[in-house]
Amino acid sequence: MSTFEIKKSPTVYDAIIVGSGAGGGMAGYVLAHAGLKVLMLEAGPFFDPAKDAQQLKFPYESPRRGASTVRPFGDFDAAYGGWELEGEPYTTAEGTKFDWFRARMLGGRTNHWGRISLRMGPKDFKSHDIDGLTDDWPITYADVKPFYDKVDRLIGIYGTVEGLENEPDGIFLPPPKPRLNELFIKQGAEKAGVKVIPGRGSVLTEALPGNKDRGACFFCGQCGRSCKVYGDFSASSCLVIPALKTGNLKVLPNAMVREVLTGPNGLATGVSYVDKNNLQEYQVKGKMVILGASAGESARLLLNSVSSQHPGGLANSSGVVGRYLHDSTGASAGGFLPQLMDRKRYNEDGVGSVHIYTPWWLDNKKLDFPRGYHIEYGGGMNMPSYGFGRGIQNLNGLVPGRDGKIKEAGGFGASLKDDYRRFYGTQVGMAGRGTAIARYDNYCEIDKDVVDKYGIPVLKFHYNWTSDEIKQAKHMQETFQSIMHEMGAIVTSKPHGADTNYGLEAPGRIIHEVGTVRMGDDPKKSALNKWCQAHDCKNLFVVDAAPFVQQGDKNATWTILALAMRTSEYILDQRKKLSV
Amino acid sequence: MKRRESLKAIGLTALSTGLLLDACKSEPAQQTEQAAVIEAPTETAGRQAFELERDKKLHAETFFTPHEMATITVLADIIIPKDEHSGSASDAKVPAFIEFIVKDIPEHQLPMRGGLRWLDLQCADRYGHAFVDCPAPQQLEMVTAIAYPAKAKPELKQGVSFFNRMRDLTASGFFTSKIGIADIGYAGNAPNRWTGVPADVLKQYGMENVTV
Repeated sequence: MSTFEIKKSPTVYDAIIVGSGAGGGMAGYVLAHAGLKVLMLEAGPFFDPAKDAQQLKFPYESPRRGASTVRPFGDFDAAYGGWELEGEPYTTAEGTKFDWFRARMLGGRTNHWGRISLRMGPKDFKSHDIDGLTDDWPITYADVKPFYDKVDRLIGIYGTVEGLENEPDGIFLPPPKPRLNELFIKQGAEKAGVKVIPGRGSVLTEALPGNKDRGACFFCGQCGRSCKVYGDFSASSCLVIPALKTGNLKVLPNAMVREVLTGPNGLATGVSYVDKNNLQEYQVKGKMVILGASAGESARLLLNSVSSQHPGGLANSSGVVGRYLHDSTGASAGGFLPQLMDRKRYNEDGVGSVHIYTPWWLDNKKLDFPRGYHIEYGGGMNMPSYGFGRGIQNLNGLVPGRDGKIKEAGGFGASLKDDYRRFYGTQVGMAGRGTAIARYDNYCEIDKDVVDKYGIPVLKFHYNWTSDEIKQAKHMQETFQSIMHEMGAIVTSKPHGADTNYGLEAPGRIIHEVGTVRMGDDPKKSALNKWCQAHDCKNLFVVDAAPFVQQGDKNATWTILALAMRTSEYILDQRKKLSV
Repeated sequence: MKRRESLKAIGLTALSTGLLLDACKSEPAQQTEQAAVIEAPTETAGRQAFELERDKKLHAETFFTPHEMATITVLADIIIPKDEHSGSASDAKVPAFIEFIVKDIPEHQLPMRGGLRWLDLQCADRYGHAFVDCPAPQQLEMVTAIAYPAKAKPELKQGVSFFNRMRDLTASGFFTSKIGIADIGYAGNAPNRWTGVPADVLKQYGMENVTV
């Protein structure tokens, strides 16, 4: 006799949330604080930065000295996961490319992200009239602004009031002061006609008013490892763990959700999941289901939730679920500042987000590509890690030695050892992050031939860049060259041309994928209404980046948080009116 | 084990024909003492079970033969010798790091093993001995021939590629050690309050009036 059994819990939760990242975490926070009984399912283990962060470890505390062998962003990085997960494949259609980064852990990718926290602007929400390439959101900046404000106050963000039209100001803590390299960047960029302003990051450069659970930043520059004093934003430390203290939230870690269950009336009744620890199957019931599993996973869940009421997948009568997938564009360049050789040593770790950045500053009417990009900058006397000094033979023949003579590149011995010291802290890097156009033809679907190790059908991606994105990358490279030249830097990164799409990273590499369960007023062209509530299933909501209609050149997290808070407050409002 | 002792110990077994014997023997490689120096991290919080298991397994394996480790040790100390500021690569246990990292990142294995053998055959051809058995002036002459990519002879390009890798691994291992971090002068990884570039540094670079 088979022992296979699906365990069904009699408890009916007020809400079931799938995923514990920025979106799921915010929904859990708002609903649990409002008194709802909430069950949150997370596909990875529990993670508390206070205990689990690798913060303040020196490189020699890693046998691989911080190399990225196991964790793609280095051995101390907080993300459990990466581009490939054991037993959880995805596929890509021939001739297309998409790399999918997944973090399986409480808080998801917010544990390691760059904390760059930019609001989308008025033109990002209503972009159709700019060039006709994209659809408008069903909401405006004015609709979201109150929630951006509340997120700023709840979570904390540094920055400066600049009054830029499409780079809306927030409620800011003071930004970190620029490092020396960043002053050179500012000088060079200004000469190149490129605006540079203080960064905007969710790091507590000062104590957060009214919050006693989080410590202020102590400037180790290691936000990517997650923060033991909760000095930066992770959904784990700032949303889920506080929500647990209400007693209204229950978190099930290592719970991989298969599908959203629906009843004869087409409404969501709960979810089915497999416990990754023992492979036991479960079904749990809820009055509503809220997906915050990530743009890719939420689309996958909906497409795998097929029923007689929802034959094409849940919330998919429009057929748009999976469509309009878009990541940010990304390209970068690096070099060094010879004038900084032999620089004085001091601690300039600063914060682990950007100290300065360039918001988009040009007019597309004068350019051969649509939309724009922002630039993030870095460099300085970083903690040495695996790869330190790599390729010194490409550097040490470029500048005069201590005796004023050009050295023969490469070498060994005391003179080489001295070169490593001389070049330390001279590096500068810059990276563009731009708007990619949301296109119907860039999408994910269920691969009809492949399942993961739990038997769940996996995603198949179809994604190609077009000349719009490639020309944008070309412009980025020209800008980088110009700034590097004006600041007196020597460029050491590989020169890019048409053969490499000007260094344009493959779709997915910037980890800003959005758009797969888009919102809109027309149920034929969108899956969700303007409250991120499914047109086809009124007790189903999506709170991650899937509802995005069109991303700006802004990193997605701050908008995910604002929209998730807005949807959560809508849910509370609707409950009062007894309609959900 | 101090560098001198390690060389002495290995010198007893690594005669000039040692490299050929090494190639013929298939006996299990011995655990070198350097490989045991890097200990598995004691703190397991925030590490996934598969990561801990993988580290344990790698620590238990041995890749390089004693002869190869002796060669790596000599090369590492030629690349980063002791000077008035700090100790040598082997003082910073760079050979043990290299032993670990080639197991951790297997794409290093073939070029390292092959490169070490290439070096020995070059030395055998030129001087009649494996690299470690050559006197220091010959070792330096050999290294000089492959340490400068732009002026190395075309027929030595494979040696240049090997030496570039060896130099990179030595730098990685050295400057991520306690000795190396002190040498390079990295002053961070400590709670502090960042208030901007120190005034004397701003003045040095004429940046007093640059603001963002």
